[in-house]
Amino acid sequence: MLLIHCPYCGVERPEIEFSCRGEAHIARPADPSATTDEEWAEYLYLRTNTKGVYAERWRHIHGCGRFFNAVRETVSDKFLKVYKAGEPKPDLDQIAKEAGK
Amino acid sequence: MSQPFRTEKGGRIDRGAQLSFNFDGETLQGHKGDTLASALLANGIHLVGRSFKYHRPRGILTAGSEEPNALVGIYRQGDQTPNMRATQVELYEGLEAISQNRFPSLGFDIGAVNDLMSPLFPAGFYYKTFMWPKAFWDRVYEPIIRAAAGLGKPPKNPDHDKYANLYAHCDVLVVGSGPAGLAAALAAAETGARVILCDEQAEFGGSLLSEDGATIDGKAASEWVAETIAALEAKDHVTLLPRTTAFGYFAQNYVALAERVTEHLSDPDPKLPRERLWQLRAKEVVIAAGAIERPMVFPENDRPGILVADAGRTYLNRYGVKVGHKVLVATACDTAWQAAFDLADHGTEVVAIADLRHNPPENLIAIAEARGIRVERGCVITGTNGRKRVSGALLGRVSPNGAVSSAGEVTCDAILMSGGWTPTVSLYSQSRGKVVWKEDMGAFVPGLHVQNERSAGACHGVYGLTETLADGYAAGEDAAKAAIGKTAKLTYATASGADAGTGGTLGDLPHDRNASRVKAFVDYQNDVTAKDVKLAVREGMHSIEHIKRYTTTGMATDQGRLSNMNALQIASTALAKPLTDVGLTTFRQPFTPTTFGTFASTSRGDFFDPVRKTPSHDWAVAQGAAFEDVGQWKRAWYFPKDGEDMHAAVARECAVARESVGLFDASTLGKIEVVGPDAAEFLERMYTNPWKKLAPGRCRYGLMLNDAGFVIDDGVVGRMAEDRFHVTTTTGGAAHVFATMEDYLQTEWPDLDVWITSTTEEFAVAAVQGPKAREVIAPFVEGIDLSADAFPHMSVATGTFCGVPCRLFRISFTGELGFEINVPRRHGKMVWETLAKEIEKHNGVPYGTETMHVLRAEKGFIIVGQETDGTVTPDDLNMNWAIGKKKADFVGKRGLARPDLVAEGRKQLVGLLTEDPKVVLEEGAQITKDANPATGTPAEGHVTSSYHSPAAGRSIALAIVKNGRALMGETLNVPMPDGAIPVEVVEPIFYDKEGARLNV
Repeated sequence: MLLIHCPYCGVERPEIEFSCRGEAHIARPADPSATTDEEWAEYLYLRTNTKGVYAERWRHIHGCGRFFNAVRETVSDKFLKVYKAGEPKPDLDQIAKEAGK
Repeated sequence: MSQPFRTEKGGRIDRGAQLSFNFDGETLQGHKGDTLASALLANGIHLVGRSFKYHRPRGILTAGSEEPNALVGIYRQGDQTPNMRATQVELYEGLEAISQNRFPSLGFDIGAVNDLMSPLFPAGFYYKTFMWPKAFWDRVYEPIIRAAAGLGKPPKNPDHDKYANLYAHCDVLVVGSGPAGLAAALAAAETGARVILCDEQAEFGGSLLSEDGATIDGKAASEWVAETIAALEAKDHVTLLPRTTAFGYFAQNYVALAERVTEHLSDPDPKLPRERLWQLRAKEVVIAAGAIERPMVFPENDRPGILVADAGRTYLNRYGVKVGHKVLVATACDTAWQAAFDLADHGTEVVAIADLRHNPPENLIAIAEARGIRVERGCVITGTNGRKRVSGALLGRVSPNGAVSSAGEVTCDAILMSGGWTPTVSLYSQSRGKVVWKEDMGAFVPGLHVQNERSAGACHGVYGLTETLADGYAAGEDAAKAAIGKTAKLTYATASGADAGTGGTLGDLPHDRNASRVKAFVDYQNDVTAKDVKLAVREGMHSIEHIKRYTTTGMATDQGRLSNMNALQIASTALAKPLTDVGLTTFRQPFTPTTFGTFASTSRGDFFDPVRKTPSHDWAVAQGAAFEDVGQWKRAWYFPKDGEDMHAAVARECAVARESVGLFDASTLGKIEVVGPDAAEFLERMYTNPWKKLAPGRCRYGLMLNDAGFVIDDGVVGRMAEDRFHVTTTTGGAAHVFATMEDYLQTEWPDLDVWITSTTEEFAVAAVQGPKAREVIAPFVEGIDLSADAFPHMSVATGTFCGVPCRLFRISFTGELGFEINVPRRHGKMVWETLAKEIEKHNGVPYGTETMHVLRAEKGFIIVGQETDGTVTPDDLNMNWAIGKKKADFVGKRGLARPDLVAEGRKQLVGLLTEDPKVVLEEGAQITKDANPATGTPAEGHVTSSYHSPAAGRSIALAIVKNGRALMGETLNVPMPDGAIPVEVVEPIFYDKEGARLNV
């Protein structure tokens, strides 16, 4: 069971308090009707599914209930960074380099 | 006198405490401190089981948890637990054990015929043999395989035992209490770190418990162990856990320990659990798991009486048991020589030491010669004799070019063998560390570390007692420093004796026998021979993972601890590839078999899954209601009267609800309070419908899509005030809808000023439906004008009901005049019982979910999840009326414009009527054009709901059918095993099409 740091609660809590909600920074288009079918399909379905350093959404569902983002190394399951929803996407290559991945 | 193989003195058993136990019906004696294995050996019993595949007689091979042969059933509380390792079962007064995998008896076993027919059972036997005919699988092959498979018999009754679970944290976890583990615990504890020391055995000390020759700081090894344990016990911040196996190492130093609390007791306190699962989070871990001795792979190396050498030494020095009176020692390394010397010193005749090496150390030869022990160099065992107990061995001389010539025969009643030592890297591997090959040691040792752990001692590739202790101290210091940042330098204890030995061999040994006729076992528990591994390679298995699965080598309960290295070398030789290129299979959890009870802990029976009950639950139980599970909810299904079956009860409930009045518990529906200045805007975006113009006091049916455009939920929403909505969801969708709303609110539209709160559990909801509904509720309502004009269909108001606050909805899921009374949950029971009494005055009935389903299907109301399956759009459901056409955006709007969703030929909701009104279709049945479609014809759709309808006086069905709206009046078919059922496509509404009954 992983330990995950909730950036809102400021504490580490066991994985069972959280739910993972897939890749982060996939913003819903501001005007969906202006998107092409291809763009909409990409928004709906296409994800990078990286083997390696990956930014994803988590929710502290059985805690404060807040959504936040986390950078996780998907091979080792190590969390490299957590940050609040709305904060900009960090430089994943830089994080990977720092983590020696 | 019993126990003919017990030594005169020595060992750690309590010779004053004699215990009686029973094995296969025979009463035997042992001592406190014995394991079942040592007690059996003391009685001269080696034969304890039959092997898995060939039913060969098997004896005790080891003295530890890696034991592959001595698996027995133990009787406890009237039932037996199978596959217990006799080497780990502590003896207690009255212990009852049985051998396994034999019929009718251990001595005479019919299954042993498999051994004679073994040429018929090569590696991959199942894959090759049971290929065809396909029809034989279910009726012939599988029952036979199932009957023959497995060793022990599973217990017949539910597990009587209790199990416990606890979470714990520590600074340093030390796994294993041999010299390295004890030194690590001492060093870590000295700094003040919170230390947990666990060991799978009953006593701490590991190899030191059977080490008679060595001294530590001038004291006997056992004395040093006792002092060390006393010193650790004296520290409050140290927890000592004997009989506790660290069986799983997971991410972030999460280690699972199984503590056996009462299994070793003859009369345990019934309040105590059998086992306790420790879910431990350790800042740092020291793995001191030791090493295990490899068997030698020579022909017939599996006869009872053949043990690994160190086990022979352990039985002698720790348990005071001689494994035989005439013992042959076969080895490729130094440590087995010490076993021979110890046995000789206890008066056992050592008939020879046969060392594979041509030049074993001279000092050992000198010691052997001083004791008069015959030494054979460059010598292997090429075969053994004896059926139920080894009676002799064939020796072979290995010439420097590898050829083997006979070197005569010896008579013996036991053989001790040693192929060398394998570091136990299981836990380290589970931590995702990567082992590295040490050519000089012929072993894999820990390499790259992924987690906060370090290995110490033999599992780290460090041998020799002084060196092991030093490695342990250093690991303990390192772990404590990493965990709490403190150091405290202890003076390292030093040892004399128990030096690191040399030597070792891997793989099968050369012999002069017919290779196709002999069996040299690699994996004892799964009956895999050297021949099988070679055959697998010849048949094209070149990856060790394939070889493992094809032959099952290494798939025994020890996860290959005993067999892997020998199998790997045999495969490496057969493949003519370096061993490191063949690869090592993964060590998986659990380290040793762990009971399901330990995992389940208290999550059994009523505690397996939460049960949610509505306020009317007890009342419904008293009425004799049948219940159905809807998620975790228990919902009243129907209320049978006077022996009615479901069909009769539902028909009566339906009829009465339409004629008079019915009472239904709708408390399980999801409820969400949406509040704030932007509440209406938020709902505009979440639902297809428009909300801004909905007046306070009015309700609207809401349809929720996902952004792909598919229906995911529905429910009635009431506007309580300008900035407050009472949203209802389906029972099953409540949690998901709430999470979806939170997701959009927090991450997509954080600018909206809205709060949402789940109120599902806050309100109890009684639905009163039927022409008499108003009369039923009127006496209890205050503050709300119930007249049709003042409170029309789709209204909501607050007032009081039976004097308690209520939100009253005028809504209907039946097509009848209907009210839903929402009261605070604590008043739900009172309100329900009041209404239940009141409806009796009108000859009304309570009804359950089945009647609810029929009544709504008669009206063609959908149920999300029944008429929909995640691929259905509002248009498919004929519900375009629910879409706010003028809205710029809502979740799903863009999705609805996708090419596939606007394409011709989508499946659409229709009604179906069978030709024969008595025939009720099966829900889920496929629909085709032809009565007898050719195999492979795609279905046109499927039946989603199907009931007998009292209102229609016949069967009715709802279905999703391709181009369904264009097929009105046409005949389709529902093919069933007994022939196709013709159906007519009709409008999906079967009662009161105009909706006149609502507006009263």
